[in-house]
Amino acid sequence: MRTCLFGIATSLLLVTATATLPAQAKTLVFCSEGSPEGFNAAFSTANTTLDASSRPLFNRLVEFKRGTTETEPGLAERWDISEDGRTYTFHLRKGVKFHSNDRFAPTRDFNADDVIWSFERQWKSDHPFHEVSSGTFMFFNSMSMPDLLESIEKVDDHTVVFRLTRSEAPMIADLAMDFASIYSAEYADAMMTAGTPDVVDQEPIGTGPFVFKGYQKDTQIRYEAFDAYWKGRAPLDRLVYTITPDASVRHAKLKAGECHVMPYPNPADIQVMKTDPEINLMSQEGLNIGYLAYNTEKPPFDNPKVRKALNMAIDKDAIIKAVYEGAGKVAKNPIPPTMWSYNNAVADDPYDPEAAKTMLEDAGIRDLKTSIWAMPVQRPYNPNARRMAEIIQANWRTVGVEAEIVSYEWGEYLKRTKDGEHDTVLLGWTGGNGDPDNFLAVLLGCDAVNGVNRARWCYKPFDDLIQRAKVVTDVTQRTALYKEAQVVFKDQAPWATIAHSVWYQPVRPEVRNFKIDPLGKHLFYGVDLEE
Amino acid sequence: MISFVLRRALLVIPAFIGVTLLTFALVHLIPGDPVLMLAGERGISVERHAELMTQLGLDQPLWLQYATYLGNAIQGNLGKSIVTHRPVTEEFLTLFPATLELSFCAITFAILLGIPAGVLAAVKRGTILDHGVMVVSLTGYSMPIFWWGLLLIMLVSGILGWTPVSGRMDPTIWMDSVTGFMLIDSLLTKEPGAFSSAIRHLILPSLVVGTIPLAVIARMTRSAMLEVLGEDYVRTARAKGVSPLKVVMVHALRNALIPVITVIGLQTGVLLAGAILTETIFAWPGVGKWLVESIGRRDYPAVQGGILLIATVVILVNLLVDVLYGVVNPRIRYRR
Repeated sequence: MRTCLFGIATSLLLVTATATLPAQAKTLVFCSEGSPEGFNAAFSTANTTLDASSRPLFNRLVEFKRGTTETEPGLAERWDISEDGRTYTFHLRKGVKFHSNDRFAPTRDFNADDVIWSFERQWKSDHPFHEVSSGTFMFFNSMSMPDLLESIEKVDDHTVVFRLTRSEAPMIADLAMDFASIYSAEYADAMMTAGTPDVVDQEPIGTGPFVFKGYQKDTQIRYEAFDAYWKGRAPLDRLVYTITPDASVRHAKLKAGECHVMPYPNPADIQVMKTDPEINLMSQEGLNIGYLAYNTEKPPFDNPKVRKALNMAIDKDAIIKAVYEGAGKVAKNPIPPTMWSYNNAVADDPYDPEAAKTMLEDAGIRDLKTSIWAMPVQRPYNPNARRMAEIIQANWRTVGVEAEIVSYEWGEYLKRTKDGEHDTVLLGWTGGNGDPDNFLAVLLGCDAVNGVNRARWCYKPFDDLIQRAKVVTDVTQRTALYKEAQVVFKDQAPWATIAHSVWYQPVRPEVRNFKIDPLGKHLFYGVDLEE
Repeated sequence: MISFVLRRALLVIPAFIGVTLLTFALVHLIPGDPVLMLAGERGISVERHAELMTQLGLDQPLWLQYATYLGNAIQGNLGKSIVTHRPVTEEFLTLFPATLELSFCAITFAILLGIPAGVLAAVKRGTILDHGVMVVSLTGYSMPIFWWGLLLIMLVSGILGWTPVSGRMDPTIWMDSVTGFMLIDSLLTKEPGAFSSAIRHLILPSLVVGTIPLAVIARMTRSAMLEVLGEDYVRTARAKGVSPLKVVMVHALRNALIPVITVIGLQTGVLLAGAILTETIFAWPGVGKWLVESIGRRDYPAVQGGILLIATVVILVNLLVDVLYGVVNPRIRYRR
């Protein structure tokens, strides 16, 4: 108590002191939105965890160019793809150093053993590290890697061959994703020998631009620039993630200069931020889609004409204004406009309640009673599903359709919609690798009907197109197939495509070279602070 | 006295079993499971879902899961978090010092202001001062914490710039956690400015967390004082010419403090369970926020273990209050 009292008394003398203390090192503070689940990117699909783990600390064989969805060589200098598209030979970069920490100092550079270790840990249940940290390897599994991989072989220290069970055009983009981060096999061996294998996932060692220096749970994560980084040392000396869950508080901290970059501002704060000289508000169309899926296994939603009519009864402009507060763009295709193969020639269903009513009558639909399932959580692609559902409910009422709004707790919502209990459901998707396959096949393919295909829509002409696009490696051919698939989608209308949200990224004016990322990542390599 | 303490301590055992049973039942009644929550909208195949449920031991019958949990808990093993893969006890011990530090400063603030305010209101009964104290304390009691916290941040940190917005330490100061108590760690470190930074970060959250206990303590002190001030022995002391200050401070306040101590104990117990809203607003890494997040993620071991540990702390505080009560008032000690 004495300490506390003394402290409070001292504080009164200090209240006029400046809010921030001078830092000797060039330190960038990122007000992150939550605590990471851990520091192994293979265990998580959450952006919060990936921002704290794979992105500052690790590299992958292939990388996304900063601020784009284009791939570029990473730890692999180059690669060859066999004619049948089933064999990928990666030529690894030489001289790449791993980080070190109090427990471990690497004795060798990155090589093929590290690649094999990183994939086999996730893939093979008899791998000594498969069960360590009770890993769930969600991303690896959700990308169907266990079905896709046939073998991974080391040819020599700097050559690795991936053999696939089938041709998979998005493979290179898949390998640029966070789950494909490369870990140090030597570190893992050392920790296994020391009897502390879990440490590999708690005190990460990677080849990335920053070195992990410490984590205080729910408080902050510290990184330091890696002097021996293969691309060259980062301009920043230190990087601190200060965990700030409330968006209003993140805004206040950014204004007060207590952090330099903040993610996920409140939509309501955007207008204020735009005029604030203390904040540089960057924005980009997100690689996402918010949609309403019809359960196409249930009548009358098994009739494309009914779905089309209901689509025409939805006032998307009103939704953009009321739900996205202007920070969104009307969606007409199931993939976002920033993605290659986006078919701009597709015409959106016009908002025409009168025509919709007539179409419903022509389809023999009268006094339809249905439900709209609204997510209970805020997501980047849909900031307020309940409000969106209310607008759709009001829109449909004008065409004689009565819809009840249904919502469940998030876990239950996902489970029930996966089981197909819904009539119509609001959901969305954020792209993970910039490949159209990651939207069209994952969300609308026949294979996904009992998974994330919430429309439970399996339409052979569409599925044939996306399956062909999977095996063709030529981008021009793939583009043509995906464009055609979008036409079929629009015609069949398994979803009402609602909106692509715009991502806002507020940063302090002294932050230099920060690039807003279409995949929603927060990347600090290359970022600098003005002195 | 020893038998009194033992009797109280024995009562703790059924309370513990009740807590484990209730927590286990409630957490398993919530729809969804940890694997589904981890997969999110990306989903997971039925086969892989089943494999992971088996790996986590969640495919066992509930009674067996409970028996395993209870057996491990008795041996001090509360399991590992499904999400972070770290031992639950370790996670709790990392976060609990932050909750303890904040609770301690908040309750100190509440006592230091609440008791004098209550005494003043009682002594000046019916005056503007009395009404003022009661109106302020009622307002404090009814204030939505979320709103109050944000208001203070906007005013004190945003406009006046007197305190930092949130957190426990300036992010540019790098120091290792030794005890988990920032006030102590900041004194142990060689980093300049660490202690003053820790203090400045504590002011607003302590004020917000302490608001409700302050109001409760002030009101309880007032009513207890009013009752005692009307007692015969106080009148006798006054008649004997004892100074008004001594009558209030020695004769009245000491006796009035007994119910106030109970209230302080109860309020401390509540604070130690974590103040979820304050922790969220001030990015304070306490146990309340951790538990709520664990519930959201269906992290069964974290929820079960966390609640059990918090219950232990609350039970211990209540036990301490019971014992203190017995020390202060012998009539309680000897009552069967």
